[in-house]
Parts: sequence; structure tokens; C-alpha cells
Amino acid sequence: MSFITYLINGISLGSVYALIALGYTMVYGIAKMLNFAHGDVIMVGGFTCYTICSTIGLPPLLGVLVSVIVCTVLGIVIEKIAYKPLRRASSPLAVLITAIGVSYLLQNVALLIFGANAKSFTSVVNLQAVTLADGQIVISGETIVTIVSCVIIMVLLMLFINKTKVGQAMLAVSEDKGAAQLMGINVNGTISLTFAIGSALAAIAGVLLCSAYPSLTPYTGSMPGIKAFVAAVFGGIGSIPGAFIGGILLGVIQIFSQAYISSQMADAIVFAVLIIVLLVKPTGLLGKNIQEKV
Amino acid sequence: MKKFRKIVSVAMASALVLALAGCGGNKGGSDVFKIGGIGPTTGGAAIYGINVMNGVQLAVDEINAAGGVNGFQLELNFQDDEHDAEKSINAYNTVKDWGAQMIIGCVTTNPCIAVSENTHADNMMMLTPSASAVKCTQYDNAFQVCFSDPNQGAASAQYIGENNLAQKVAVIYDSSDVYSSGIYESFSKGAENQSFEIVAAEAFTADNKTDFSVQLQKAKDAGADLVFLPIYYQESALILTQANSMGYAPKWFSCDGMDGILGVENFDTSLAEGVMLLTPFAADSKDEASQKFTNAYRAAYNDTPNQFAADGYDAVYILAEAIRQSGAKPSMSVSEIGDALKAAMPQISVDGVTGAGMTWLSTGEVNKSPMAVVIKNGEYSAM
Amino acid sequence: MSKTLRSNIITVGLVFIAYIGAQILIATGSISSLMKGLLVPLCVYAILAVSLNLTVGILGELSLGHAGFMCIGAFSSAFFSKCMKMFVPDMPGALRFFLALVIGAALAGLFGILIGIPVLRLKGDYLAIVTLAFGEIIKNIINILYLGIDEEGVHFSLKSSLDLNMADSEKIIINGAMGITGTPNDSNFTIGVVLLILTLIIVLNLIHSRDGRAIMSIRDNTIAAESVGIPVTRYKLMAFSISAALAGVAGVLYAHNLSTLTALPKNFGYNMSIMILVFVVLGGMGNIRGSMIAAVILTLLPELLRGVVSDYRMLIYAIILIVMMLFNWAPKCIEWRKKATASVKARLQKKSAAKEVE
Repeated sequence: MSFITYLINGISLGSVYALIALGYTMVYGIAKMLNFAHGDVIMVGGFTCYTICSTIGLPPLLGVLVSVIVCTVLGIVIEKIAYKPLRRASSPLAVLITAIGVSYLLQNVALLIFGANAKSFTSVVNLQAVTLADGQIVISGETIVTIVSCVIIMVLLMLFINKTKVGQAMLAVSEDKGAAQLMGINVNGTISLTFAIGSALAAIAGVLLCSAYPSLTPYTGSMPGIKAFVAAVFGGIGSIPGAFIGGILLGVIQIFSQAYISSQMADAIVFAVLIIVLLVKPTGLLGKNIQEKV
Repeated sequence: MKKFRKIVSVAMASALVLALAGCGGNKGGSDVFKIGGIGPTTGGAAIYGINVMNGVQLAVDEINAAGGVNGFQLELNFQDDEHDAEKSINAYNTVKDWGAQMIIGCVTTNPCIAVSENTHADNMMMLTPSASAVKCTQYDNAFQVCFSDPNQGAASAQYIGENNLAQKVAVIYDSSDVYSSGIYESFSKGAENQSFEIVAAEAFTADNKTDFSVQLQKAKDAGADLVFLPIYYQESALILTQANSMGYAPKWFSCDGMDGILGVENFDTSLAEGVMLLTPFAADSKDEASQKFTNAYRAAYNDTPNQFAADGYDAVYILAEAIRQSGAKPSMSVSEIGDALKAAMPQISVDGVTGAGMTWLSTGEVNKSPMAVVIKNGEYSAM
Repeated sequence: MSKTLRSNIITVGLVFIAYIGAQILIATGSISSLMKGLLVPLCVYAILAVSLNLTVGILGELSLGHAGFMCIGAFSSAFFSKCMKMFVPDMPGALRFFLALVIGAALAGLFGILIGIPVLRLKGDYLAIVTLAFGEIIKNIINILYLGIDEEGVHFSLKSSLDLNMADSEKIIINGAMGITGTPNDSNFTIGVVLLILTLIIVLNLIHSRDGRAIMSIRDNTIAAESVGIPVTRYKLMAFSISAALAGVAGVLYAHNLSTLTALPKNFGYNMSIMILVFVVLGGMGNIRGSMIAAVILTLLPELLRGVVSDYRMLIYAIILIVMMLFNWAPKCIEWRKKATASVKARLQKKSAAKEVE
């Protein structure tokens, strides 16, 4: 019985990772950059929703909406100011470092505005927990909502990328920027749009992360952010279903290793599994294998 | 391009030399006591450092408004150490350059141990508000405001045993945190001669402190009727929430780190109903000193103080009392002040918000009695 | 004198001049305690930056686990020094430090080889994530490592210090999250500078040797390098393990400068690895001197901001970091800088020409 409980706990933790990883993988897949500030955009989403719902007292749905808007705008602004000037830089690492700078910046701005004290986030989910087997197994409303929204977002993203013109443009940009431009695609606009979508996803992830684990500080986003990054790589970075699977698996592995091996070594085990997976399948579970041409 | 690089590097090199040469001197006026504060005000531990900083500032302002200590005003310079031993040395050197004559700090344990080497070398008085490990006061110039870890763990075990609170106890602790693992160890040592048994001891780490379902599940499976939480209140808040959602309702027992849980913004305090804790300070307690401090803190910072703020606040009053006792003057050298205060510390007794009649051993350890309180109707009340 | 030799002499000379300058300031007493305390950390970060530049700039592989090697160097050497302090108290500090240095560097280098063998088969971001994972594993294990030595022998546990079953808790050497306390303070600025110069000589020599050219050819085109018969794996491993060993050296220096050593996410986690990467990228990949200077500037910056804007210093630090990155790397900025320097040059030439006419 406890096995099933652990499994469910793992899936609910994993669903949060998966949701964050979707944003990561989206940005990486198209713009080919590791956006280390993604975790902090999540934190901004959480704080925005907190301010709207708990400080001002407006309904939760409005809070989610506003935080999506705020994060989208923030994502576009960050992209324009900090990333776009470096798109043609001679090394892809330059933009990675700038992303780290942005991450520090967001954390410290939040620290100045909201202070360091943890805020308790009121869950935006208003769904009863499901109890099975005489209360032995409890699936919380947050878990259900997170998984459902994860699946919906995943399906929508895949439809968007594969079926719409803009989505096809994104794919083209990710394959070859130069060629895409020659085909009349607005490369800058497309990348901006990618960041907008990625940040909107971050806002939703932030709200659901804080609903599931209701403690909000300026550093809330950084650790889940790095875990989600691992999840995205695990599933094959750039692959949307890969991010979902990677996130869920990561959560389950983490909970199982805490439960059955050692709660202190959970991280080491998670990372060890990641290393083994990558050594066996160097582009992650669902990653595309790109043959290098001479 | 090359030339530009050269210009830049020359400019930077000269800036460097200036920086190295600069900010020497400034060895303090003779009419104010200069207090250096060290603690994390950015980074993950900022929550502790900022509270201490605010508490210290509040007390300094109060003392100055009341005419100072022996007629001398106090001046504070609080520096960030980012909860990093290396940065704490930088912070210490910064306040030393500024002319600090005594130190309130560090807030966290490892920086405190690192800095104590330096204060020892300079023979500068050092009073840590909240670093609770025994090693922090290994030198004669360092004193603590808070309980040391062994004290808290042993006292908790004794309290649970003597009051027959439980037969089966589970512990959930942060193994990556010195405070938490220190209390856990002394608790389990103390539990050996008590009537209860520890059925589960589950750890978590700083990188995994959002999901506690496994730890709670294990405690539940082991049939624990009391869970001991020697951790800070942010994690405790999460644990209480998650235990509630999985339908697990044991008794909860905690230490001073739990204090502050009722002040977490927007926290559903009904979850903390019945939580017991051994703490020297409770922000919402009805005693006069705590009330006065809590109100003043709320007025100044628009926030509820936690135990760190109270420790910082008391630290200033303790130093002031030691100055009064010793008759130290700002014109004395750092080492002379250090000697004077060191000698005065074991003689004084201070009634602060974190305990009445606090006295000190010359080893640096504080002597005060923790209060057992229980959260009832969203308030702390004595047990 | 060849151009590379001159450039190398300038790089080493820069360190030497800085050392002399600092010594003069110390001798005349005109240096602040803050700066005095920062001298050794500056050497630590400069060594780290130079050593990572070997992996990132010269070998062309992105490593996000550099702090892990530093961690190994720091903990192994601190463990050794503390044991020596406890059991052979009359050993001279210099000898103790030298042995600790050898142990730290060798162990870090060994881990570099062990990790490098499987990892270097991966490419690009996947390599980065695996090195990050290794760094985190090292940090995690060290954080739960309990080790003590007493009359009964060595006690070891991965759970808690209680499981060591030791009568005297004073004899616990590595105490989990508490790390190692009481490491003898054997390092000083002179040793730091000597190690930095040694690092520079090793790295610069390697770069300009036959091996170094082979390594750089792998960076520029692996397939081409392979096709002309360069043993790619061996050279990759060589660069990676030397880089790891040098990070271990920095770790030894770090550990012997502080009396307490803990593996926090901040000092040995991925945050630190990224910070070292920031030094390298900001200073210019493959540019040894640049990464050294960047390390010094970025380490000093937040400390110097203490006096100016205490409350906002980390915020300002973040902004300066972003601006510096844009200034140094954005193609538009580079173009603008080129123009600016060209116009300055032209003006200078005009002036000197005018002077000549006079």
C-alpha cells in the first residue's frame, strides 16, 4: 500500500517538474539557449498571483491570468534587453551567462520588494482531494489539476507547433535560422514569441508549484528550476513529450530513492540515474539524434 | 580592439590599486560605540539575517533615543555574509575597517565559527544572536544569546519524556543544516533514558525541502504519535500543510526554530493548532516585554518579528548591559574593550524578550530557561 | 622574442606586479583589512578561472561541475591537514601544506580522469548537464559523510554522527553538513600567488605545446582532428584532468584559508561552477589573462559595493554583470567599440602627425 502512496507522491512532485520543464524545453528547442532565469520567472509568477489573490483579495482565476500576463511581458522584455543583442555573439555561452545575471537580478529585485520572509501561498485549486482505499491513498486536488494542465499544455503545444503556421515557423527557426530568414520568416519575432510562450508557461507552473508547495520566497524558483532543467535533459531537451515524461520520472525516482534508499542521498541518486541515462542514450529518452556531418 | 582591451585592463588595474589602497583608516570617534553586525541579508538564509538586522537596529535606536549607554551613543554597521564562511570574513573585515569595536554575529553557524577565529585574533568582543553550535563559542571572546544545540535537544527529550507526551516519536530533520542535525543528535542521545522510543528518524536536505510526503508517510507507517521537528518554521509550515492533506494528525513538538510560524504571511494558523514548542520567545505571547518589542518591530518594519529578530534585539541590550557593568569607553582600543566586556559577561544578568534573568558562563554559553508553549486558538500559550 | 612568449610574460608579470604592489601596501600599512582578507580568495578564484578556461576555452567543452573538483581538493586536503594536526602536531606547517596540496591536486585529478572517461563521450549541453550532475553528487555525498578517527580505528557513516559510535565527539573529522572545522590556516598570500603563477605556467605551457595545439584542433573540428590521427579521447582526458587537478589546487588553498569548511550549495554547488564559468566567459574563452582579470574584478566587485550601496549591492552586481556581458560580447557593441577605438586612434595619429609637422 505504501508503494502506491509513494508512487502517487512521486507523480504529483513530478507533474510540477514536468510543467516547469515544458517551458524550459520549449525555449531550448527553438532558441537553443539554456534559460537559467526560467526558475526565477516562475517565482515572479508566484509572487504576482500572491499579490493579486492574497494581498489585494481578488479571485484566484484573475490572479492566474494577471501572472500569465506579467510573466509574458517580463519574458519578452528580458529577451529583448538581455538575450537578443547576444544572439549573434561568437559563442553561445555568452547568452547563458547573461541569463544567470538575469536570474540574480530577478531574485534580488524580489528580495527588495517582498522581503526574505516566506509567504504562505493560498492554493488557487479548489478541488476536493480524491480518497481511495479507505483513506489510505489520497490524491490532492493540486496534483490532479497539475497533471491535467500538464497534459493539456503538452497537447496544445504539440498541436501549435505541428499544425499552425507560426509553429512551423518556430520549427524552421530551430532547424536553421539563416534558411528560415530566407524563407521570409521573421526570426526575431518568432524567438520573441517563443520566450513569451515559455514565460506564460512559467507563470502557470509558478502558480501550481506554489499551490502544491505553499511556501513563497525570492528563491522559490531556483531549485525547482534546476530540477526541471534536469528533467528536460532527461527526457531529451527540445522534445515536448520528453519533458513531460522526464519530469514525471524524475519525481518518481526522487520519491522512491527517498523512501527506499536514503532520504539524504536522494539528489545524488537522481543525478546518478540521469548520468546513466545520458551515457546510454546521449540525447535523453526522446531526444533526436543529430548526426554530425563533416 | 586590442588597444581597447589594453585601455580597459589598465583602467581596471589602476582601479584595483586604488581599491586596495583605499578605505584604510577611519578608526572611530571617541564618543560612540561602533557595533558591527554580520549575517546573511541576501541568499537563501536572508530570512534569518534580515530579521536579526532589523532587531538589532531597533534596539540600537531605542537605546540611543533613551540617551545611550553610559552617555555614549551606539552606531551599527550590518554587513551581508550570504551564509558563506568566506564572505563572512569579508563582512567582518569591512566592519573592522569601519572601526567596529564589538560584533553582533554571525547569524548562522559556520560563518560564525570562521569569524570567531578572526575576532579571537583581534580580541574583539563577539556576541552571536543565533548561531547555536558549541564550536561557535570555542574562544573566550565569543558569547551566545540563543541556546546551544545540545541544550535544546536534551531539554526537548526530557520534556516529552517527563510529561508522557508520547510513546512513539518520529523525528524529521534537515541533515544539511547544522542547527537541525545538532538538535536531532542531542535529542536522540537524550531519548535513551526516557520512556518513549524513536521509531523513525527521517532527514531531508536543503535541496529537497519542498516535498515531505515520504518523511511523513514513514512516520505514519511507524505509528508515531508524536513528531519532533527540530527545524525552522518555513519547512514546518509545509510539513503541517502536507500532513493535513494526507490525513495524518500526530502531536507536534518543536524547538525555537518553529517560532514564527504564526507570523508566516497568509498561513492557515488552524494547521498549527496544538503544536508544542520549547522556545525562549514567542511573538504573540502576552508578557509585557515581548508585547512591547513585537509592537515596536511591527511599527518599524511592518512585519511580525520571529525569534531571530528577538535574539538580535536582545543582543544589543546584553552588550549595553556588559558595557555598563564594565565601564568600557569608546576611546579604549578594541582589545581593551574586548577584555572589559569578556570579564563583565559572566557577572551580568539581563531580562530580555528571549528570557528573564539570562546569565552567562565564561565559556560563552547562556543560561536561561526555555518555556514550553502550545499553540491554542492561533496564539501561543504557556503549557 | 616571439609574440606568444611576450604575451605569456605579460600575464605572469601582471600577477607578479600585483603581488609586489600588495606587499608594498601591506608593508606600509595602507591596506584595509577587507582587502587583506581578500588576497587569498582572489588567488583561489583566479586559479579556478584559469583552470576552467582550459576545459571551456581551450578544449571547447562546457563543464558545469568544476566546483565539484574544487570540493574534492578542499575536503581531501583539509581532512589530511586536520589528521596531521591531531596526530602529528609537531609537523611543520609548510610541509603539511605541501603534502596536503599534493593530495588535493592528485585526488581531484584522479576524479577528473574517472569522471572524464565516461563523460567526455557526450557533447555540448549534455556534457554540461552531466558534469553538473557529477558536481552535485560530490556535494551531496560530502554533505552526508561522517568520518572520525580514534584509538579504535576509523569510523565511517553516511547517516549521522551518532552512527559512528564514537565516545569522543571531538575526534570526528568530517561531520556531515558541519563539514570540517579547525583546519590549520596554512595558506597565505605568497603561497596563493606562487600557486597561481604555477597554474599559469602549466596552462600556458600546455597551450603552446604540441599537445596544446592538438587539443585546440579537437575544439575547432573534432572530425578533422580525428582524421589526421590525433587521439581525441586521450587529449580530451588530458586537458580535463589537468583542469580538474588545478581546481583541486584552488580547493586546497580555499580550505586552508578558512577554519571551517562546508559543502554548501553556494560554495561547492552548481552556483559556484556557474560563477567560475562567468569568469571564463566574461574574460574571454581561451584568453587566460582575461579570465584571470575577470575573476579578480567579479570577486572584488560585490565587496567594494559594500561600502557604497550596502542594501542594493547584489542587485547592482547583477546589473553590472549583464551590462558587462553585453558590452563584451554583443556583436553590435564590439562593432561600436571597434569604431570608437579606430576614431581615437585616428585622432591620436593626426595629433602626432601635426606635432611632427611642427
